[in-house]
Amino acid sequence: MMDLNLDAPHSMGTTIIGVTYNGGVVLGADSRTSTGEMRFPLFFTLLGCTLRIELPTRSQQLTDNVYVCRSGSAADSQVVSDYVRYFLHQHTIQLGQPATVKVSANLIRMLAYNNKNMLQTGLIVGGWDKYKGGKIYGIPLGGTVVEQPFAIGGSGSSYLYGFFDQAWKENMTKEEAEQLVVKAVSLAIARDGASGGVVRTVIINSEGVTRNFYPGDKLQLWLEELEPQNSLLDILNAAGPEPMAI
Amino acid sequence: MTFTIPIDNGDSVKNAEADSQRTLYPYVTGTSIVAIKYKDGVLMASDMGGSYGSTLRYKNIERMKAIGKHSLLGASGEISDFQEILRYLDELVLNDNMWDDGNSLGPKEVHNYLTRVMYNRRNKFNPLWNTLVLGGVKNGESYLGMVSMIGVSFEDNHVATGFGNHLARPILRDEWHADLSFEDGVKLLEKCMRVLLYRDRSAINKLQIAKITEEGVTVSQPYSLKTFWEFKAFNNPTAGAEGSW
Repeated sequence: MMDLNLDAPHSMGTTIIGVTYNGGVVLGADSRTSTGEMRFPLFFTLLGCTLRIELPTRSQQLTDNVYVCRSGSAADSQVVSDYVRYFLHQHTIQLGQPATVKVSANLIRMLAYNNKNMLQTGLIVGGWDKYKGGKIYGIPLGGTVVEQPFAIGGSGSSYLYGFFDQAWKENMTKEEAEQLVVKAVSLAIARDGASGGVVRTVIINSEGVTRNFYPGDKLQLWLEELEPQNSLLDILNAAGPEPMAI
Repeated sequence: MTFTIPIDNGDSVKNAEADSQRTLYPYVTGTSIVAIKYKDGVLMASDMGGSYGSTLRYKNIERMKAIGKHSLLGASGEISDFQEILRYLDELVLNDNMWDDGNSLGPKEVHNYLTRVMYNRRNKFNPLWNTLVLGGVKNGESYLGMVSMIGVSFEDNHVATGFGNHLARPILRDEWHADLSFEDGVKLLEKCMRVLLYRDRSAINKLQIAKITEEGVTVSQPYSLKTFWEFKAFNNPTAGAEGSW
């Protein structure tokens, strides 16, 4: 257990999800970054993101209307997403209007495919544009682009294939979609050691972007999980029943 | 290591300064393609699966696409490389149309182009990790050919890729004959696809059959095949072994 390799690549064992609903998309992710065997809650505060003192953001903004969820190597996914933000910024200026989700996905694909030997990152691009509405594109290792009604990725996604096979339905409302995403990320966190922390969601539709935050301790409890307590002492003290008041 | 902005640098066939790299292994893969010549042209079948190792990750991938007016391309292997090949072919067809001379690329030409691309990539140790099936009809002549990731290329009356080589080919050798009707052709392909469903772990039960004739390309809607599991031997295989089920 004590083979602490601090030089091991910081990888985002993680859970990322993108879901379309009737009117837009909901993206969701956990917030954990891990290195080798150990988990560093403080470590990833500083290194897992770009110079911001907060838990790393897994969902990154590409443009006003398009976000990307990153998984795999933290460094690779950050640099790809930074390049695409840069390209999209220029593209938006030239185009004179917001970029489409498809263009964003194709720019990511261009980098992912042409550098496939060097990159180890799986991404989910989601957003809303006026032409096609809400769209989700999955871009796994290798640089394949797949448009999907919903997409899952990251190490935690292994535990969600069965869940989504059963729970997914077309044309959900915004609330249903967000609840599904939070539930799914939460289930993945319960079983995947490389996922954890908080759940962040991003809802994108014609009205704009809403970011939501669900702290880990406010999530629903699953199998074999217990109500968190401050201390054993509180349990022991509460154990003795008060004499019944007449 | 400086990260140079790769402005579509991947085309090492045309661009000499492309980074020296080699594709080592595929990630998202499609399984077999089976295709036959029939009376009116060519029939091709494929399932809609994209496997990620042993996980059947994607279940809605179209692995057969129309190329120009006269050809149909089916691919097995790495899907991202197939998508890249489609981009190359888009450019090829576009340039062909721009001549505006009434001519259009036939299946022989497309097959030849693909053979050159695949073989040249193989020579640079950076293959496109696909086996391609190219079928088409032009001026009444049917054409069916195959190119592998190492550039092996040939035509035949019936072809299959991947597991299809082992499972479908023997069936086709026995049962294919010239001038099959559309119905018989579809039944033959379905026979092959059903065997693949039973025996290929990467196959999924969601397939499409595409037809190309002089009129053009039609790709069917996705559908599933019925399978049979009620063999008596399956009902109680452990009758002899006490305590087993």
